[in-house]
Amino acid sequence: MSTIITSAPALAPASKEPGQGGGVDYLNHETSIASWLLTLDHKRIGILYLVAMSAMFVLGGFYAGLIRAELITPKGDLMSSDFYNKSFTAHGVIMVFFVLIPLVPASLGNFMLPLMIGAKDVAFPRLNLISWYVYMIGAGFTLVALIGGGVDTGWTFYTPLSTTYLNSNVLLTATGLFILGFSSILTGLNFIVTIHRMRCPGMDWFRMPLFVWALYATSVIQLLGTPVIAITLALVGVERLLGVGIFDPRLGGDPILYQHLFWFYSHPAVYIMILPPLGVTNELISTFSRKPIFGYSMMAGASLAIAIFSFIVWAHHMFTSGLSPYAAMFFSLLTFSVAIPSGIKVFTWLATLFRGSISFDSPMLYAYGFIGLFTIGGMTGLFLSTLGTDIHFHDTYFVVAHFHYVMVGGAIVGFMGGLHFIWPKMFGRMYPEFLARMSAILIFVGFNLTFFPQFLVGYLGMPRRYHEYPNEFQVLNVFSTAGATVLGVGYLLPLLYLPWSVFFGEKAGRNPWGATTLDWTHTESPPTPHNFEETPVVTGEPYKYDTLFNKESALAGH
Amino acid sequence: MQVTEKKHAQEAHDDHGHGHELAHHFVSVEQQHDAGNLGMWMFLTTEVLFFGGLFAAYTIYRYKFEKVFEQASNILDPMLGAINTIVLIFSSVTMAFAVRSAQQGKSKAIVAWLGATIVFGALFLGIKYGEWKHDAHLHVFPTSDFNWTWAREKHAEGEHGHGHDSHGPELKGFVFNSPVVPANYIESDSRNPEAKQAKLFFFLYFSMTSLHALHMIIGFGVMAVIMVYAWYGYYTPHYYVPVESVGLYWHFVDLVWIFLFPLLYLLGAHLGAGH
Repeated sequence: MSTIITSAPALAPASKEPGQGGGVDYLNHETSIASWLLTLDHKRIGILYLVAMSAMFVLGGFYAGLIRAELITPKGDLMSSDFYNKSFTAHGVIMVFFVLIPLVPASLGNFMLPLMIGAKDVAFPRLNLISWYVYMIGAGFTLVALIGGGVDTGWTFYTPLSTTYLNSNVLLTATGLFILGFSSILTGLNFIVTIHRMRCPGMDWFRMPLFVWALYATSVIQLLGTPVIAITLALVGVERLLGVGIFDPRLGGDPILYQHLFWFYSHPAVYIMILPPLGVTNELISTFSRKPIFGYSMMAGASLAIAIFSFIVWAHHMFTSGLSPYAAMFFSLLTFSVAIPSGIKVFTWLATLFRGSISFDSPMLYAYGFIGLFTIGGMTGLFLSTLGTDIHFHDTYFVVAHFHYVMVGGAIVGFMGGLHFIWPKMFGRMYPEFLARMSAILIFVGFNLTFFPQFLVGYLGMPRRYHEYPNEFQVLNVFSTAGATVLGVGYLLPLLYLPWSVFFGEKAGRNPWGATTLDWTHTESPPTPHNFEETPVVTGEPYKYDTLFNKESALAGH
Repeated sequence: MQVTEKKHAQEAHDDHGHGHELAHHFVSVEQQHDAGNLGMWMFLTTEVLFFGGLFAAYTIYRYKFEKVFEQASNILDPMLGAINTIVLIFSSVTMAFAVRSAQQGKSKAIVAWLGATIVFGALFLGIKYGEWKHDAHLHVFPTSDFNWTWAREKHAEGEHGHGHDSHGPELKGFVFNSPVVPANYIESDSRNPEAKQAKLFFFLYFSMTSLHALHMIIGFGVMAVIMVYAWYGYYTPHYYVPVESVGLYWHFVDLVWIFLFPLLYLLGAHLGAGH
């Protein structure tokens, strides 16, 4: 495998000319399929992840489509209740574990992290490739389980339902997720060591782009949280196999223990999903308003604070599960405190936009959408962390709408913004800007149309996870399904024009956005196999914008 | 941003000689060493949390079923546990010498000390195997074969001088050809809620100790590979990260046992024999 690396023409002078893209780069220096499947290059591994996760996203979206189609009418006429249960479980499992959790760190993070800190690669390239294969093996297990019969536990696998009462493929799915967890752990481990040890000279902690801070905070959560879910799923498997009552009350076990262990990971997992998009958004806001991020250190601190808080709020998922009222009060209070660093982030972005030279390029359109949707998602979270109102909202569509605002409106929209931002660096080509803006607008409109009605229908009392509902909820559900259709078109567009642009797009040049971080100023588009011809030495802050943007001076890499 | 030119270490593109000492993407051996070391510490952090889920479950059920957990713990033999603890501590000592040899560049000594570590580890697992075999005769494996009434009775007999092999096995049971439990014992267990609680203890005992044993076996595999490399002089005082990493790993595995021993073996020691 080392031949792939050593044969890389690190000294090739052809790629010295900036912005031409005519030289040897990481895409064209080797083109065989084996060179992709055995690559140790973080950039290629990022793209492998991107392709795999896009496929999983389409599959998860397909199940979402089935759910929305069923819910057009109050009667369960499209599918059996059993198949409906399996559909929402498949949607949840695929989207949460195979798309949202690895989405930004494994694709954009893998690609950008070494470029942003001036490194040639992540600290452990081989481990990086292994983590992709582990992801694929986990995905294989889970897909076999989902397609060969399905699982109907919901993505949460609550016991004793999952251990005693269901005969679907729980064991196989749990095995897939157990394996997948190690992919997440290895990526987190790799990133932490990379950020600690691989920064180029002069890149001290407070000169790192904020995306790197977000990846660091995310990696800490991945490292500390994921082993707990792994052992929890293993216990579920053992309980099913041996009939030991670890979680089954009939056998002396405690189902609440399962919920504690599950949410000890799965709540922080929400921040694994949202922190990296928060980080990407910093890059977008700063670059496209031509201003340094307002309050850099507060922003970096807020990322770490969210990571720390994420581990002490898990029981807010269990307010109605028989938690002691004192514990519930305590967790409610702690949950409110998450709003502080989140609020810092939103206000910091607004302060950055203020009097900036803001643009409406497609990545920035996604960033605007992100700020709005994340704010709504975050604010409705406060309704749910309030003990009294949570009793009313628990397990209704209000909860569904809330976490979709954070996970889809936040994480996916943030990812789309980041992807459109990084695309020219990845492939050296521009996508059709008009279509990209259309897609950003369609996703924003479609998303709100889909999920805002769900706040209302949830407030009115419609519970989640049922495939039938009373007639009076139909209007709102039809709105929601219509919105999902628009949303689907919004996602379909990039799936078409982005691959198109790889071959036919306009050449992007080294730094089409005039960004000031190392990845844009010191690497080609697409980058050479070793990223940097000379190790860069950093002498200042990451964001050094002038509101009077001069594209030529940015290209010259002053 | 300012750029100054910096020459990379030449070894980076050298396939032979000292090529393995510095991978292409590191600037210096020190950086590589630090990265490898930090990576191992991070991995051990995840291991702490991996075992942590089981320790959390143990803590909760220990609190809920205090009396039965003590009685169940009493079935285990603290003397064997103590001997194993000592054996494992010796293996950590030999491992420390292996790392020291690597720092000094004594390749053959690395092989010898790692070999000694594997011998001590194997001794540990051998004793563990004997314990499990005895456990199977007592029917404390947390399967459908589990029987708390039988376990307590046979354990008490064993303590009073009758060998546990004295009850001739008429039929073959679930594991290790253990004798089959008579129907009246199963009947008695089904009326006793404590049987389920004891089963939980033994589930935790077996899952924690077998997870620990699995870690040791993985350690053997890694050590074997490192011994081969060391035999051919692959490690130098400038490059011994793998030796150091397996050392950290082994000490961690040892440390897990240091926690498991009192939690599992000493919990019921004060009850004395026959309970």
